[in-house]
Amino acid sequence: MMMVAMPSIAQTGDSMHTTDAQVPVQVDAQASPEVHNAEGAEGAEHAGKFNIKEVLFGHVMDSHNWHIFTFGKGHEATHASLPLPVIVYSATKGLHIFSSSNFMEHHEPVAYKGFSMNVIDGVKKKEVITADDGSKVYDFSITKNVLCMLISIALLLWIMLTVAKGAKNNGTTKAPTGIQNAVEPIVTFIRDGVAIPYLGAKYMKYLPLLLTFFFFIWINNLLGLLPLGFNLTGNIAVTALLALIFFAVMMFNSNKYFWGHIFNPPGVPFAIKLILVPIEFLSIFIKPVALALRLFANIFAGHTIIICVVSLIFIFTEKFGAGMGWGSSIISMAFTIFMFFLELLVAALQAFIFTNLAAVFIGSAIEEHHHDDNHATDKAVAH
Amino acid sequence: MSIINTILLDGMSAAGGAIGAGLAAVGAGIGVGNIGKGALESIARQPEVAGDIRANMILAAALVEGVALFGVIAGILAIFA
Repeated sequence: MMMVAMPSIAQTGDSMHTTDAQVPVQVDAQASPEVHNAEGAEGAEHAGKFNIKEVLFGHVMDSHNWHIFTFGKGHEATHASLPLPVIVYSATKGLHIFSSSNFMEHHEPVAYKGFSMNVIDGVKKKEVITADDGSKVYDFSITKNVLCMLISIALLLWIMLTVAKGAKNNGTTKAPTGIQNAVEPIVTFIRDGVAIPYLGAKYMKYLPLLLTFFFFIWINNLLGLLPLGFNLTGNIAVTALLALIFFAVMMFNSNKYFWGHIFNPPGVPFAIKLILVPIEFLSIFIKPVALALRLFANIFAGHTIIICVVSLIFIFTEKFGAGMGWGSSIISMAFTIFMFFLELLVAALQAFIFTNLAAVFIGSAIEEHHHDDNHATDKAVAH
Repeated sequence: MSIINTILLDGMSAAGGAIGAGLAAVGAGIGVGNIGKGALESIARQPEVAGDIRANMILAAALVEGVALFGVIAGILAIFA
């Protein structure tokens, strides 16, 4: 690109008219290759070319309409998608509630009631609603993720209320049946394997939180495996919120022994204390960050791998023809089926890990004073 | 000038992200391999606690995989941000 620009700059002295037309074109193409590529990619997608970045980010990113599938190609394609309600508030315009289908007319984006939906960052498809008069827009819309969460909450309430009603009616003497039979061992496992070992005698106060973490994360991980396009726990905002809830519970329930051990660890020489205390203090904040990031990374990586492996078929078909596409589909499908089984394991495992680590950290924050702490060696001499 | 331009390509950040993610995968392989080795040796020594050992092995493997995926997230950030 540099070599091409050189002759046009060298020619500026020769003739103003021919280079005036040349220089703006050269500078434009050189200065914004990413914009051109993004536009070219989106334009190519409309021409039928397969763009894996659009497929991937269309599946995992939040959106104001729920796109389920597209049948056919080009302009006659039928889109099966559900436009979701947009709820926006701006100081100058007030509260507006309308369907997001108003933003599109014959597949072209239009402004509606002074609001327009911009898709910024062409590859990652982040949708932002801006007001035409420049005022700040507060977006409370029911987006795809919000609808996913409402569906998963409805499922959870249905299952858990059935189990609770069965437990109340049957009591402890009758054997449970149906879905109560499936859920009760899991609840008992969380209580006996996670809550009581780490939280001790005060486990009942935290058991509802641990059970909520476990079942909420598990059911959302499982829903993310369906081809409908759920992706709640693969979103860093949702996992960060779960970690924030855990952090709030840990902070509000920590006792003075916990803070004493952070700022004055017993049995540690003074020189090491200078290094250890900042590390211990930072670790309080690193724990929820690690929890959020671990869950998000596992689920997002799983979705990405499955989408990329299936997209390999389409990429091979485009580059090498239909025969290569059919051949690669056998390998791709075998690997995808293996990845789906692994993702089933990861769904349950990551929910369990989140719950387990939350119990461990809350347990360390509520620990009472033990007499076997080595406070006696606080003034230990070096040898 | 052109040699420096050849090295400092537009795709440098993407290459860095991909190499970082690959190194994270190597770390995960070594870590989980060590966990599996410890678990197999323990089961060979005392087969009747195989269930307990298997549960702890899966727990430790998930924690190690979490750290490897932190590296993958850093790679994704290098490519797309």
